[in-house]
Amino acid sequence: MSLAVDLVMVLLILTTAVWTILVRDRRDAVIAFIVLGLLLSLVWMRLMAVDVALTEAAVGGGATGLVLLRACARLLPVEAEGALPGLRLQLAVGALCALVAAGLSAVILAPVDPAPTLAPAVAAHMDEVGMKNPVTVVLLAYRALDTLLEKVVLVLGLIGVWALAPDLFWGGRPASLRAATPSGTLDFLARVLPPVGVVIGIYLVWNGADHPGGTFQGGTALAAMWLLIMMAGLGELPETRALRLRRLVAVGPALFIAVGFAGFWMAGGFLSYPPGLAKPIIVAVEVALALSIAVILALMVAGPAAKEPER
Amino acid sequence: MTPATLYGICAAALVAIGLFGLILHPTPLRKVISFNLIGSGTFLLFGIAARRGAAAGFLGDPIPQAMVITGIVVAFAATALAVALLLRMLEAGAPTVDGSPDTPDDLSP
Repeated sequence: MSLAVDLVMVLLILTTAVWTILVRDRRDAVIAFIVLGLLLSLVWMRLMAVDVALTEAAVGGGATGLVLLRACARLLPVEAEGALPGLRLQLAVGALCALVAAGLSAVILAPVDPAPTLAPAVAAHMDEVGMKNPVTVVLLAYRALDTLLEKVVLVLGLIGVWALAPDLFWGGRPASLRAATPSGTLDFLARVLPPVGVVIGIYLVWNGADHPGGTFQGGTALAAMWLLIMMAGLGELPETRALRLRRLVAVGPALFIAVGFAGFWMAGGFLSYPPGLAKPIIVAVEVALALSIAVILALMVAGPAAKEPER
Repeated sequence: MTPATLYGICAAALVAIGLFGLILHPTPLRKVISFNLIGSGTFLLFGIAARRGAAAGFLGDPIPQAMVITGIVVAFAATALAVALLLRMLEAGAPTVDGSPDTPDDLSP
């Protein structure tokens, strides 16, 4: 019975994926991509990875979809729609891609017994960290260096996006997110949803220590609420030169790096936590990171400055 | 066949579908979308490894799960940067693969 459900899911996913590639209109492609993100987050639930499901729904489908939709809106008048090249080339490339799929499927179907796993190693030291969500423990304790570098990638990505502003606009506001035609529904949602969304965001961050959730998921929920307010025109995008904004971008990674160096004298190594204090330190880092992630994600969606800074 | 195996084959197909679009689509935005499909397929392959590695009372190996979460966020950052780059490229009037309005006779066949 449950396998039939999985089979339907797989068919839905593959149809949506093929549609994403083959549909002519690029806006339809982006919408199919967002649908695909939501379907995939259901698959992550089926694979018992709730943390990943939340991230895929929020970041993979939601935030990425928003960036692509905005790009569509700005591309339409400029860039011509491109059709796929001739049938013979399509068949040749299709054969190549089928070969790749066959190779990957062969790896999946090859029996590996026992399956390689690091779960026992994760379980062995969970008590010392004092948190019950294994994914958060991996992200912020065992492999904290990966997570730290990923935050640095986010900050660098934002600097990259900002750096694409023309010289004249440097430090100004990004292009407005406000919908072209005022919408009563959007306005209503932007007034009603944020209080709930902000509570959900904080809950996900706070709860991430012991249950599914965490900084990414919570931070994205906060970013979504901020974006919603700006899209309804109830708030203005800040100037990218604003000092308070830049401090918010930097606070999470900066605290993480500071905690990393403090590890040298607290526990004898970069990013090591002293026994017994691991949980409070991690929660403090998570709160700062969630704030930074929320601001960075929203600013990445907003894009580079597109107006002259006000004098 | 277990659900994990079924979704594994689905992930392999997603990578192939994304690769098809990445190679054949002439416009940059469609290439970015296709690239994201390859990413989704790859992440799902990690998910299969995680599900199969369920042990020690966990329903999945948390290490690949944590790597996928990091990956999804980095993929978003890369997409946002790519989109900003292609918008700037068109604003600056640089010829794209299929040609911008300023360059009617372009590189495409």
